[in-house]
Amino acid sequence: MANSEPVVLDVDGLSALFEALKRRGYRVVGPTVRDKAIVYDDLDSPADLPEGWTDEQDGGHYRLLRRDDRALFGYVVGPQSWRQFLHAPRVELWHGTKSGDGVRIEADPMPSEPLAFVGVRACELQAIAVQDRVLMGGAYVDPHYRARREGAFLVAVNCGRAGGTCFCVSMETGPKATAGFDLSLTELLDGDGHRFLVETGTDTGQAVLAELPHRPAAAAEIAAAAAVVERAAASMGREMRSDDVRDLLMRNLEHRRWDDVADRCLSCGNCTMVCPTCFCTTVEETSGLTGAESARSRRWDSCFTMDFSYIHGGSVRSSTRSRYRQWMTHKLATWHDQFDMSGCVGCGRCITWCPVGIDITEEVRAIRGDGPN
Amino acid sequence: MAETARKPRLGVWKFASCDGCQLSLLDCEDELLAVAGAVDIAYFPEATRGDVKGRYDLALVEGSITTPHDAERIRDVRRWARTLVTIGACATAGGIQALRNFADVAEYAAVVYARPDYIDTLATSTPIAEHVPVDFELRGCPISKHQLVEVIAAFLAGRRPVTPAHSVCVECKLRGNVCVTVAHGTPCLGPVTHAGCNALCPSYDRGCYGCYGPKETPNPAALGDKLQEQGMDADALRRVYRTFNAAAPAFREESERHGP
Repeated sequence: MANSEPVVLDVDGLSALFEALKRRGYRVVGPTVRDKAIVYDDLDSPADLPEGWTDEQDGGHYRLLRRDDRALFGYVVGPQSWRQFLHAPRVELWHGTKSGDGVRIEADPMPSEPLAFVGVRACELQAIAVQDRVLMGGAYVDPHYRARREGAFLVAVNCGRAGGTCFCVSMETGPKATAGFDLSLTELLDGDGHRFLVETGTDTGQAVLAELPHRPAAAAEIAAAAAVVERAAASMGREMRSDDVRDLLMRNLEHRRWDDVADRCLSCGNCTMVCPTCFCTTVEETSGLTGAESARSRRWDSCFTMDFSYIHGGSVRSSTRSRYRQWMTHKLATWHDQFDMSGCVGCGRCITWCPVGIDITEEVRAIRGDGPN
Repeated sequence: MAETARKPRLGVWKFASCDGCQLSLLDCEDELLAVAGAVDIAYFPEATRGDVKGRYDLALVEGSITTPHDAERIRDVRRWARTLVTIGACATAGGIQALRNFADVAEYAAVVYARPDYIDTLATSTPIAEHVPVDFELRGCPISKHQLVEVIAAFLAGRRPVTPAHSVCVECKLRGNVCVTVAHGTPCLGPVTHAGCNALCPSYDRGCYGCYGPKETPNPAALGDKLQEQGMDADALRRVYRTFNAAAPAFREESERHGP
């Protein structure tokens, strides 16, 4: 495991990083501006990054705003997460063809192109660690996830500011990337120029770094990078006491707040679709008109749908109250029992992208009894 | 004559509607020959001449019930159909013509027709399921031709069609769309609307108009509060829920909360 002294990369060095990754055969993916938001998509060079953009976030509210500098990573997480690449929204599993007396079943091919993610935030590294635990850490490994996850190269970025719905400090997942990356960057924008302090997390990261023009970091630059992260840590938009939340929720399964939130909840499923740790899927079976072909695919599912808990005779969780409670208690409480970790990383997406701005931190406060209501 | 097992007989019936949904079947272009190969299209006035009496294995019914005559005719269709599937917002919710349910139909007739006494119509436009038992409802204004092919394929295979009743939001997220309401402030009915269109409008940067009607367990009142925050007044709120699926109970109740 590489863990050498931090080095400094300038903006040209970042271009060299993209080139080095492409040379090694990676498909480079990272943040870029589309449809007035910062999404994750294929990147050709640092020119595709959201230079000079930032975001304003609150419950049910997201806007892109201009910064007064040329920062390349001056925003926080957007509507998407890396899950869309590692645990794709739709995966074709197999297709079958009837011929003569037999049926031929063929598995659909696994993806083989290695992925390089540029700009992974600390909370997102933890979200990937959560999905690694869920999808690869037990007796049953998801081969589709593993095919995408193994060999992925992760370039983390330490946050220089927190968003309006961020609470990684409460969940102890950020804002500094401490594990799970190949390289990590801290963006420095001061009188001495636009550059990145780089730390290495793996030997592969070290090998890639060796191909890039860099120099040792000065003590002042290491201190400046630490200050960047401290600034982010001090500006969290939300907070949630998490040490006792498991027991708090399990003690309050009949709290009247569940009725209150059910009045506001749309059961639209957006919170689960944007959550970087949600992993539930359903399988869909289709057949052609001639009856000679059939296929099975899987797609993201949500515990907010009726089909999700459908068993013979009906849905187990027919009320929105029961579905919201299931989602929140799973994230914050029973996930600990199931996977020995929290299912929430404090990224704030479920707050921002809830059309009516339901705030998981506020719901916890209300159940604890020291908030509104 | 060799084996040739009898192909299932398909009939397409029209009640009060614009024909758009049954034309989706003709729009199937690529799949049309496969459909024609898989079923015997025995009655389809839009596409074939003559009508065939007898039993139908699959009856596709478009349109709503707006006249006493149609209220009788749908019973006949039901009688001759083994499986009856209603297609489109008119057949499943009463359609845009259900706006009459909120008004005085005699007054409408007087305004529209030179001789309103020639018009024999009911005071309401109602979905087929209010008149006869329906085996499956396919939503949309108009329906999606992909979903129609899926329903026919599922019928032929004896399986449940894959037409999820969740929100349009799920379709947006599966497509990777940025939420138009959260990121742009555009009013959108997606969170209360039944999926099926593959999030057509939000994919082109517009809010959802609710063409597929209420999703399962919708909460139009909570979304109504949000729409109000986005600048809709009572008039606009009443109208936004009162379009192609105006008489679907969840949309009707919310529209009535904002005026008569």
